[in-house]
This record gives sequence, C-alpha cells and structure tokens, in this order.
Amino acid sequence: MGIYEILFWFLTVMAIGCALGVILSRNPVNSVLFLIATFFAISGHYLLLNAQFLAIVNVIVYAGAIMVLFLFVIMLMNLNADVEPQKSRLVQLAGMIAGGVLFLVVLAALRTATLSSLDKASTDIGLIKNLGRVLFTQYVLPFEISSVLFLSAMIGAIVIGKKE
Amino acid sequence: MLLLQVDIAFIIEKLILITVILLGSLGIAMYATWAERKVAAVMQDRRGPNRAGPFGILQPLADGLKLFMKEEIIPERSTRVLFILGPCLAMLTACMTSAVVPWGPDFTLSNGHIVSLQVADINIGILFIFGVVSLGVYGIMLGGWASNNKFSLLSSIRAASQAISYELAMGISLIALLMMTGSLSLREIVSQQHGFWDGHWFTWYFFKQPLGFLIFLVCAFAELNRAPFDLAEAESELNMGYHLEYSSMKLGFYLFAEYVNMFVSSAIMATLFFGGYNFPFMDAVAQHVPAWLFTLLCVGVLMTKIIGFILFFMFVRWTLPRFRYDQLMRLGWKSLIPLALVNMLITGIVILWVLK
Repeated sequence: MGIYEILFWFLTVMAIGCALGVILSRNPVNSVLFLIATFFAISGHYLLLNAQFLAIVNVIVYAGAIMVLFLFVIMLMNLNADVEPQKSRLVQLAGMIAGGVLFLVVLAALRTATLSSLDKASTDIGLIKNLGRVLFTQYVLPFEISSVLFLSAMIGAIVIGKKE
Repeated sequence: MLLLQVDIAFIIEKLILITVILLGSLGIAMYATWAERKVAAVMQDRRGPNRAGPFGILQPLADGLKLFMKEEIIPERSTRVLFILGPCLAMLTACMTSAVVPWGPDFTLSNGHIVSLQVADINIGILFIFGVVSLGVYGIMLGGWASNNKFSLLSSIRAASQAISYELAMGISLIALLMMTGSLSLREIVSQQHGFWDGHWFTWYFFKQPLGFLIFLVCAFAELNRAPFDLAEAESELNMGYHLEYSSMKLGFYLFAEYVNMFVSSAIMATLFFGGYNFPFMDAVAQHVPAWLFTLLCVGVLMTKIIGFILFFMFVRWTLPRFRYDQLMRLGWKSLIPLALVNMLITGIVILWVLK
C-alpha cells in the first residue's frame, strides 16, 4: 500500500462516516457540521484525482458559502426534537421506497460504467488553465446554458423575496 | 516495507520554515495588541501601557499570562463541544493562510541546495486563501451559537452575513487582478512585480489596479471584522457579541485570531498589490551584497510593508466611527460589487484592445 491508497482509504472512511453522521445525528447543527466534513473528504478525493481547482472550489462554494447559509437558517429556526414534526407511517414508507429505487438506479449505472484508470504522472490535468480551455471550447454551450439557468434562479429568488 | 517514500531533509526544512513562520506571525500578532493600545493612546493624547518594562514592552506577555490564569467558565446551557471548537477553529484558520505567502526570494546554500522561503507553492494559491477565509466565519458562528445567548447569536449572524457579502466583492476585485497576472500562484505574481519600474510603468500591481486594491482593502476590513465594520462585536448594542460568554484563553484565542488575521491579510495585500518582497533597485543591491544578506533584506522589506498595513488598520480603527448595519450592507452590495464589476470590465477591455 502506497501513500495514495492510504489517503484514499482514509478519505473514503471519513466521507462515508461523516455522511452517516449527517443522517444519524439528532441535532441539525451537528448534521450541518458533519456535512461540512464530508465536503472536505470529497475535496481530498478531488485532490487525489489531480483536480486541484475543483477541490478548492468545492471547499469555497459548498463548505464556505452554502453551508454557512444552511447553518444560518438552522440557527434561526432553533430546531430540536420537541418541535420536529412527526411524519406519518405512509410518508416514511414512501420515502423508503423512493430512496431504495434511487439506490438501485445508481447501482445499475455504476455497474455498467467503464472505469478508466488514473494517470498519476499527469498532475496538470485539473489545473485552471486546462479546465478553462475545455469549458470554453468543448463544453461552451452547456456552460453558457447553465449560467443562464443560474441567472434565472437569481431573478426568481428576487421576485419571490420582494415585499409587495 | 517501504511505506512512505519521503525526503527527510525536505520535511525537516519545511518543518523549520513552518515553525519560524508560525512563531513569527504569533509574535507579530502579540506585539500588534501592544501597538494597537499605543497607537490608540497617541491618537487620543494618552500614554498607553507603560508599566510592564520600558514603554510597556512586556505588556503582551502580562496580558497573555493573565488570560491563561483566569478561571475558565463554560456556560451550563451551552453546547459544550461546539463552544470549545469555536475559538479553536478561529485560531486554526487564522494560522493556515500564511502557508502560501512567499516570504522571500529563493536562496541557494553553498552546496547548491535551493531553499524556498515559501511553505507551499501551490498553483491555486489565491483560491486556497479564499477557501480558508470562507471557513474562518465558522469559528465565529459556532462560538456564537453554542454560547446559547441571544446577543452572541445575533452577532454571529451579523458576522456571517457580512463575511459572505464582502467575499463577493473581494473575489470580483481579485478577478481583475488575475486577468493581468494570468496565474493564481502567489510566487508567480510576486515574481511578475520584480523591482519597481520596468521601463514603461511601475511593476507593482497597485499602480495597475488602484481601484481593485481599494475594493480589496475595504473588503479586508469587513472580513477581519475590524472597525469601522466591527458590527459583530459592537459593544454598544451587542455587549461584545460572539465572545460575550467566553473567558480565559478561549476569549484570548478569539481576540488573538483577529490580530493574526490582520497580520496575514496585510501580508497578502503586500504580496498581491505592493510587490511582496520586491523593492526598488533590488537588482543593483543584489550585486553588491552577499546572497544571505539580500534574502534577509527582502524579508525585511516585506515585513516593513506588512507593518505599514497593520498600522494603517489601526489608524482607521481609531479614526472612523462604526457603520450602521444597513449602511454596511448597502456599501457592500450596492457600491462595492458594481464597482468591482466595472473594474473587471475596464480591465478586460484594456487587456483586449490596448495591451494585446
């Protein structure tokens, strides 16, 4: 086992353990903190895959901005076990079936996916220069369409949030 | 079994460098607390601390000892783990940023071994700083929430919304800079600012991006929770805010983290906009002095710039009154972000049509 495998297993255990912590902890603030730790583990995986830019952007955007907003809302709502709404058996069952189906779909997709092995020598594949070149040449249309999508989401949020 | 193939000499070299940088930033932060009180005293026509040692020079040690000796109180209704985690995170994120700052030029030993005065030259240096800065707010948020006190909670919410709002303008102002540098590595950015005058124009990015620097500076004040943007600890409305319930060294960590942050952000501003360790006529100086002296001189120049920025932070604190919260938000969203966008557009146009 080289350092690569050690890091991989460490990050994997950390990611799965923290992800379990998210759904198992009773306190929503703890859930958010576990989720942040999960994002860090995933960023570590990105680093192992030579995607430095993705790794750091994952930390900045998800751990740094989005989770702060999550924490914000949860702190203000002051959720705890007493005020948590009790869901009916039917809803719980429906949730279980939906989750199971999603799990099956993911499993089926993963089973047929072709795995390409990682070239550990090419460390510059995930650099911002190469990523930018690919995004603005090969994938320019999806890139621009997704930015229009974000713009419309922003306008939608402003329209909903407007007091009138 | 050869588990880890690592270069022991490399590890030791980096360990020494990290230790020196950490001790240096802690030491400077320590004396920044003393300097802050002295500056305040001078500006308010007082004497300031003058009992411990000559000019009160031992005052930071006395303060540190006092904080260590105080009784540690953890409120009964607080969330204990998070209450302790808060100041730890604040201090950790404050110390992490210094890893990517190049403190001086490379330095060749007599046996040809090149020593780099930068802990890690990562090619996403600026983004690393952004990542750490965006995590810095967790220390305040967790501490404020875990205290189980409404003033602390209000303060931590203020701090978080302020940090998120000003990060946007800061990022956009940096994009304009990055369009000129073409690189995210701090080492590369510093080496582009070599000397002072390249025959046509100043090499320092301050003279190429004055508006970008101004926006960055204002945002740095907001990110540091320094006056005039210290809404998170507004003592007249929030009773010191998020560290209201803290005592002993945990309070000390929060207060100290602010000074470490101030040191590091001064270092980053000096590196990005004021040429880092470069100084005018450095090539001429390099020819006449031995290499080790030149390296020391470069480090000294960077330190001078940093101390200049720290003093500037202090002058502003004792000059400007605190903003009101809605004024702060209006400044961030309605003035700085559009200004940063305009700056980015102008930079792009100039690069495309004038510089080619």
